[in-house]
Amino acid sequence: MNVIPLLCWEFLKTGLFSVGGGLATLPFLYDMASRHSWFTVAELTDMIAVSESTPGPIGVNMATYAGFSAAGIPGALAATLALVAPAIAVIVVISRFLDRFKNSRSVSDAFAGLRPAVTGLIAAAGFQVFSMSVLNMEAFRRTGDILAALSWIPLALFAALFILLMKTAWHPAAIIAIGAGAGIVLGL
Amino acid sequence: MNPQEKLARLLRLFAAFARIGLFTFGGGYAMLPMLQKEVVEKHGWATEEDVLDFYAVGQCTPGVIAVNTATFIGCRLQGIPGAIAATLGVITPSLVIITAIAAFLRNFASEAIVRHAFGGIRVAVAALVLQAVVKLWKTGVKDILGFLLFAAAFAAVALGNVSPVFVVAGAVAAGLAAGRTGLLQKLQARQAASAKAKQRTSEGAGAQETGSSQSSGAASSEGDGK
Repeated sequence: MNVIPLLCWEFLKTGLFSVGGGLATLPFLYDMASRHSWFTVAELTDMIAVSESTPGPIGVNMATYAGFSAAGIPGALAATLALVAPAIAVIVVISRFLDRFKNSRSVSDAFAGLRPAVTGLIAAAGFQVFSMSVLNMEAFRRTGDILAALSWIPLALFAALFILLMKTAWHPAAIIAIGAGAGIVLGL
Repeated sequence: MNPQEKLARLLRLFAAFARIGLFTFGGGYAMLPMLQKEVVEKHGWATEEDVLDFYAVGQCTPGVIAVNTATFIGCRLQGIPGAIAATLGVITPSLVIITAIAAFLRNFASEAIVRHAFGGIRVAVAALVLQAVVKLWKTGVKDILGFLLFAAAFAAVALGNVSPVFVVAGAVAAGLAAGRTGLLQKLQARQAASAKAKQRTSEGAGAQETGSSQSSGAASSEGDGK
């Protein structure tokens, strides 16, 4: 079956509804992972790592990678173009009355609602990343014991990397490199 | 301007934004220095203030901020063809680099060393996402209305499996409704006196429920709780 039209539709929605930059496309991609067999949550997490440590805007990198995972090079092209298409349409319209848009009360009101909701959306995606990479959910399901889900080595690595991120101004790529090294040494 | 000159200008626009895409790591604020160098200093296409304006609007329109800013500048300079040329420019390096890496990783994904490396990388990504949430929390969640919207959005997606599309649409509606019914006064009051603000936030939270079309279960249970 040809997935390209469906891929385009999903990324058009993502382009139209992801607001706020950076990881704003993340909740939409996790939603896609749950509804389609294009990529898994684990693969999506690897995509975040690659997108944060290579040139280019994260949202675009994520779309290219996700599209490639779903349908190879045509998928990468389709997903990326579909992601940016709504932006072109919206901006061509808005640029005609930039000043009115900039000073609009409705826009600032909408953003008062959007900012916390987007934070919640990204937190939900983060929770999925956390339970996949740090917790051992399989052991939890098998034993029903919540303590069985806690694996101490990844948990300690997580805490150490998070403290590094908060206390230093290191680039995300450096944190990812440390994670990779620790993963090889600790056999994660 | 003859067609050839027009095409040459579009190509220059494409090339400038391809360079910006190539030298921007991570997007967002990271693109500003490169944007200023190419657009203001090198080509003189816009002033420094213009660029900051375009960037501000790029944050407030749907999609990736770096792409929006590029589209905006392209549109201002050469209309719709300019918007398309600048947008294609900024995404081209990503397309090439990411496709190459994805193809490479696909071939090596089963190697033990790559699997272990990505085991550690996923833990690092969890830390990165948590850091992003902490940063967003500081600017985005400032009062009880913000907290309720944060909790409702989190619950809707993490527990309720609601599509983020509905959460975003609901949050816009909630923001508009809260603004119409006195959110702005509430914010001013909060700056004036925090004690007064606390009393008024309950008005703002009430407005959220009427305006919110998303996750009505989560919203109403929070309404009961307050």
